[in-house]
Amino acid sequence: MINFILNNQKISTNLPFSMKVLDFLRSQQGINGTKVGCRTGSCGTCLILVGKLDKDMVSYQPLNSCLLPLAEVNGRHLVTIEGLNCPQLNPIQQAIVNEGATQCGYCTPGIVIALTAFFLNSPSLNESLATVALDGNLCRCTGYQSIKRVLTLLCQQFTLPNEEQRSSWLIKNQILPTYFLEIPQRLQTIQAPKSHLTSISPNSTIVAGGTIPWQSDSSKQVIFLSQREDLSGIQIAANRCYIGATTTIDAMQHSQVMQKLFPKIEKYFALLASTPIRHRATLGGNIVAASPIGDLSIFFLALGASVDLNDGQNQRTIPLKGFFKSYKQIDKQSNELVERVHFPLPDCHAYFNFERVCKHADSEIPSVNSAIQIQMNDGLIQQIHLSAGGVAPIPLYLTNTVNFLTGKEIKVEVICEAGKIAQAEISPLSDVRGSTEYKHLLLRQLFYAHFITLFPEQIDSRDILL
Amino acid sequence: MKNIDTLLHVKGESQFTDDLILPEGTLHAAVFSSPIAHGKITHLNLETAKQVDGIYAILTADDIPGDNQIGVIIQDEPMLAVEEVHYIGQPIALVIAKNADIARTATMAIAIEFEERPAIFDAREAYVKEQLIGAPRTLSLGNIETAWQNCDVIVDGKVESGGQEHIYLETQSVFAYPTENGGLKVISSTQSPNDVQRMISSVLNLPMHKIEVDVLRLGGGFGGKENQATPWAVMTALAAFKLKKSIKLVLNRDEDMRMTGKRHPYSSDFKMGLTHDGKILAYQVTFYQNAGAIADLSPGILGRSLFHATNSYFIPHVKATGYICCTNLPPNTAFRGFGSPQGIFVIESAIFKAAEQMGIVPSFIQKKNLLKTGDEFPYGMKVENSQAFSCWEKAEHEIEKREQKIQNFNQIHSLLKKGMALIPICFGISFNGALFMNQANAIVHIYTDGSISVSTGAIEMGQGVNMKIRQIVANIFSVSLNRVNIESSNTKRIANMSPTSASLAADLNGNATKLACLKLLDRLKTLAAKKLNVASTEDLQIKEEILHLKGEPTDLNWQSLIVDMYLNRISLTSHAHYRIPNLYFDESKEKGHPMAYHVFGTAILEATLDCLRGTYKIDSVKVVHDFGKSLNPLIDKGQVEGAVVQGIGWMTIEELMYADNGSLLTDTLANYTIPDIRFAPDIEVDFLENSENPLGIFNSKAIGEPPFLYGIGAYFAILQAMKAFRPTLTGQFSAPLTSEKVLLSLYKV
Repeated sequence: MINFILNNQKISTNLPFSMKVLDFLRSQQGINGTKVGCRTGSCGTCLILVGKLDKDMVSYQPLNSCLLPLAEVNGRHLVTIEGLNCPQLNPIQQAIVNEGATQCGYCTPGIVIALTAFFLNSPSLNESLATVALDGNLCRCTGYQSIKRVLTLLCQQFTLPNEEQRSSWLIKNQILPTYFLEIPQRLQTIQAPKSHLTSISPNSTIVAGGTIPWQSDSSKQVIFLSQREDLSGIQIAANRCYIGATTTIDAMQHSQVMQKLFPKIEKYFALLASTPIRHRATLGGNIVAASPIGDLSIFFLALGASVDLNDGQNQRTIPLKGFFKSYKQIDKQSNELVERVHFPLPDCHAYFNFERVCKHADSEIPSVNSAIQIQMNDGLIQQIHLSAGGVAPIPLYLTNTVNFLTGKEIKVEVICEAGKIAQAEISPLSDVRGSTEYKHLLLRQLFYAHFITLFPEQIDSRDILL
Repeated sequence: MKNIDTLLHVKGESQFTDDLILPEGTLHAAVFSSPIAHGKITHLNLETAKQVDGIYAILTADDIPGDNQIGVIIQDEPMLAVEEVHYIGQPIALVIAKNADIARTATMAIAIEFEERPAIFDAREAYVKEQLIGAPRTLSLGNIETAWQNCDVIVDGKVESGGQEHIYLETQSVFAYPTENGGLKVISSTQSPNDVQRMISSVLNLPMHKIEVDVLRLGGGFGGKENQATPWAVMTALAAFKLKKSIKLVLNRDEDMRMTGKRHPYSSDFKMGLTHDGKILAYQVTFYQNAGAIADLSPGILGRSLFHATNSYFIPHVKATGYICCTNLPPNTAFRGFGSPQGIFVIESAIFKAAEQMGIVPSFIQKKNLLKTGDEFPYGMKVENSQAFSCWEKAEHEIEKREQKIQNFNQIHSLLKKGMALIPICFGISFNGALFMNQANAIVHIYTDGSISVSTGAIEMGQGVNMKIRQIVANIFSVSLNRVNIESSNTKRIANMSPTSASLAADLNGNATKLACLKLLDRLKTLAAKKLNVASTEDLQIKEEILHLKGEPTDLNWQSLIVDMYLNRISLTSHAHYRIPNLYFDESKEKGHPMAYHVFGTAILEATLDCLRGTYKIDSVKVVHDFGKSLNPLIDKGQVEGAVVQGIGWMTIEELMYADNGSLLTDTLANYTIPDIRFAPDIEVDFLENSENPLGIFNSKAIGEPPFLYGIGAYFAILQAMKAFRPTLTGQFSAPLTSEKVLLSLYKV
C-alpha cells in the first residue's frame, strides 16, 4: 500500500511500486495537466512538486514524474498544476499570460511548477537563479525571451521575507493555495513505515535516483535505495570526506562542506543535466552506471577517491580508479552495494579544476570531460590526479601522464610534453558525441585548459595554443 | 493585448488530443515499422504477435478496403508498406491492444524477413544514380551565361545544411471512433484536417461526408503536422473502422523521431559574380534536396527554395536549379520556412565568401544589393512596397559602436572572441506552389444572448491565430472579446479547408471571418436603421456594444439588436469565402505573380566563441521586422522570438545523426539537443513603423515563418568570431556549426 497526498487529496493505492507517477496521474487519476513529452526526463513537461516532511516543515522538489516510481512518493505531498490553481490566476500564471510566455501551452504547466519550486527553494530571487530553475524545461515555441521577461517581472515584484516561514509567505502572496498550510500536519499522519533494507539478492534491480529510464522486470526484485536513509549525506572524518552513495548532485552542489573544498562546485555542477535531474541523480548511481563519460566519476577520480562496497556482511574498500574494469564492467558483485565514496581532504596548497565540453550545448552529455587535482610543493608538482571521460571505454585515470608530471615544474614545454603522453593514453571512439579526431583534440584543449585556468602566470595560452 | 486563450494554458486546463477522456473500452494502437532502410519483404508472420495476451488485431495493407495510398502531391506513398520498404520506420502494420504497452510489446513479436537492397542516404549520391522525384526545376532571370564576363570577382563553392527535427512537444496523436451508419469521428493533432479527411475517405473507400475530423489545438506543429499527421490518423481510423471500437494512437518521442520526416537536408553549389564595388551581377545555384524516400511535400518545398534563392537582394542575372533527390530516409517534410531557409543559407554563404575574397565585410555587399520597389524576382513578380532598406537602416543604427565594442573585446581577450553578422530577409506570402489553396471559409453564428461562435479552418498551434480571429470579430462588431468563442476546426463545419501553414492562417481565415462578420453587421444595421427610422445605414456605428447614430449613442445595443434580429427572422448566421486576389503563375515559363506580398526585416546577431574549447554562445539578436500593422504585437513579437531561436538551433546545435544502415542515432531528447533557456540569446524586437499592407488582414503581415530566417545569421556571427582568432581561416559552409566543427577548424593542422 502506498499512501500520499495528491494536491489536496489523500491517496492510498495498491498499484505497483514501479508504476511511474506520470502514468498514475494521467491514466489512473485522469489528472491531465501534467503532460507526456519525452519519458526520459529531458523536457520537463511532466514536472510535479514532491514535498517531504522534514520535522514540522515540508520541503518541495521539482521532479520529472515520468521517471519517478510510486514507491518514491510514499508519505509525500505531490503537487500538480491542478494543485496550484486557485479561482484567480496566481502571480506566476498571471505573469506568463501578461508576457505571452506561453504559445502552444504544452510546456506551460511544467514551467509553472518549476517557477513555483524556485519560489519555494531559492535562497534569493534573482534572474540568474530563476534561469537555473528552468534549465529542465524545454519550450519549442517562445524562444524563451518572453519567459525571461516573466523572470524579470517576478523577481522585481517579490522580495523574500527575512523572518517569515517561506510557505506562509507564499500563501500570503497567493503563489501557493491555502491548503498548503495543513500539509505538514496531514503528512505526519501518513508517514510511511521505515523499512530496513538488509541484504540484496543477486537477481534484483537496484534503483537509486532512477534518472536513467529503467523498465521493471517482473522476474526481478526492485530495490529502491531511498529506503536506506543512512546512505545519504556528506561528512568529514579523519581527514577524509565521506559522501553517501545516494547523495544527490543537488545535495553535493549545495553542501557547505563541498563548497568549502571546491569553491567552484556550484558552477561545475550547475552544468550537469538539469535542476529536476540533479535533485534525483546520485553519486552512487552515476559511478555504478560506469558511463565512460560520467561526470561524477571523472570528478572523483581526480580526488583520489575510494569506494566502500558492502554485501550485507562484509565491507571492502577499493580505489575508484580500480573500480572500472572495462566498458560498463565494474568491480562490484551483484549482491554488493556501493555505500559511499570518500577521498582525502585536499590540503590548502591543492589546485582543482573540472572541465566539460558538449558538442552541441551545455545541457547535454559531454563529448569529453576532465578533472585535475595538483598539490604543489616548492614550485614542483608534488602530487597530481588527472582523469578524463569520453576518451576510453571507462572513465579514465591518466596514469602515465600523472607519473610524468609528478615532480615536474609547471611550464609550457612540460605541459606540451605531458599533453602528448595523455594523447597516447586515450582511445576515443566516434559516436554521437563526436569523432575520434575531435575527442583527441578536445582532450588536448581541456588538458591545456586546466593549466591555463590554474596557473595563468606560468602558462600563457598564446604560447601553448598558437 | 494578452492572448486570452493562454488563461487555460497556465492552469493546465487546455486539452490536447492525448488529454481527452476516453470512452470505456477504448483500445490502443502501436505501429510496427521497417527496421531496414531498403528491401523486399520476403516473409511476414503475425501469428506469434497475435497470441500476445491483450491483442485485438494486427492490421496490414491487406485490411485496407480502399486505396492504400496517402501521397498528397505525388501518389507514391502507401499507408502501410506492401512488398517493399524504403526507409527505416516505414509503417508496415498496426497492432491494436488493450493498452499501448501491450501493443508495443506485440510489435516486437512480429516476424519479418527481407531481401535487403542497397540504400542511399546522400542527396548527391541519389542524383548521380538518377534517383530523382519529378523533373528538375529552374528559375532564371536575365542571362547568366553572358553575365559572368562583366563580373570583376567570381566566387564559387559548396554549401551543406542539415535536417532538423520539429520537436513539437506534443507528439503525433490521434483518437478515432466509429459513428452510426458506418461513419467515423477523428480527433487528430493535425495542421491539415482536410487532408486527413480526404485520405481516410480514399483509404477506407467512404464518402468524405461520413468522416468528421476535429482539431481543438496542437502542442506545436511547425510544419511537422501539416502532412505527417495524416498517416497516423488514417491508420487509427482504419482500426476504428475495422474493429468498430474507439482507438487511440500516440507516438512515443523516439517513435516520432524515428518515423517522421524532418526539415530537408540540402547540398548546394553556388557561383556568384560581382563588380569591384560589391554589386552582385550574377548568381547561379543548384540545390540537391534530400527528400527521403517519398515525395511528401518536397516539390513544394523545393519551389520555395528556388523562389527565395536570392533572399532580399536584387540580382539581374540568376539561374537557380533544384533536384528532388530520393533517398532511403523517412520522407522529409514541411518545417517553418518550407525550403526558404535552405535557399537563403546558400546565398548568404556566397556573399560571405565574396566578401572574404574582396577583403570587405559581408554587410557591405548585403546592403548594396537590397531589393527596391519595382525590382524583379526571378519568378517574374516585381517587388511592391519594399521595406528591405528601411528595416536595414533601422537595424544598422549605431552599428559602428557595436563594431568598435567587438574590436575592443577581441583585442583584450586572447581566448574569447566575438563575431557579428547582419542578415536581411525577404519572404513571400501565399501558397505559391498551389495557388488554389489560397482560399478559406468562415462561419459566424450569433446566439440570442449576444455571444458569438466562429468556425474557420485555422488550427491553433500556439501561433495565436484564435486570438487574432477573436480580435477581428470583436473589432468589427465592437463587442467585448469575451463574447467571441473560436470553435475547434472541424471538417463538418468547414469543408475543404487549406492546411494551417505558409504563415497564412490568420490572413486567409481572418479575412473570411471579416467578410462573414461584415454581412451580419450589414443585416444588423439595416434592421437598426428601420427601427430608428433613418434612411441609410451609413451613419450607424456600434461603439462598445452601443449603437451610435452620427456619433451619438442610441437606446439600441448589441444585445437588444441581436434579439430583435432573431424575432424579425433575420439570419444570425453567416458564411463567407475569401481568396487572395491577383495570384497567377505560368508554370511553363516559371513566371507570374505567385505571392500576395512580401515580408521584410533585418537582424544583427552577436556571438562569443571560447577559442580554447570550441564552444560558443549566441549573445544577442536584434531584429527590425516589418509586421505591417500588427494585429497583436505581443503575439507577433513572440512569433519572432520563437522563430529566431529555432533558426539558430538549426544553424548551430541541432544535429541529426544516422548509423551507417540509416537508423537514426539522435532519437531522444538526450541525443538531439534543442535550445534551452541557458542557450537562448537575448532577443530585442523592433517593429518597423509606418508599414501598411492592404493585402493582409487589417494591414497586418503574416508572421509565422519569415523570422526563422534571422537565425541563419548565427552561423556567420560564429564564423566571424573564428576568423578573429584565426585570421587566415576561410569560411566553410556546413550547418549545423557544432562545437566539433568549430574546434577542428580552429586547430586544423
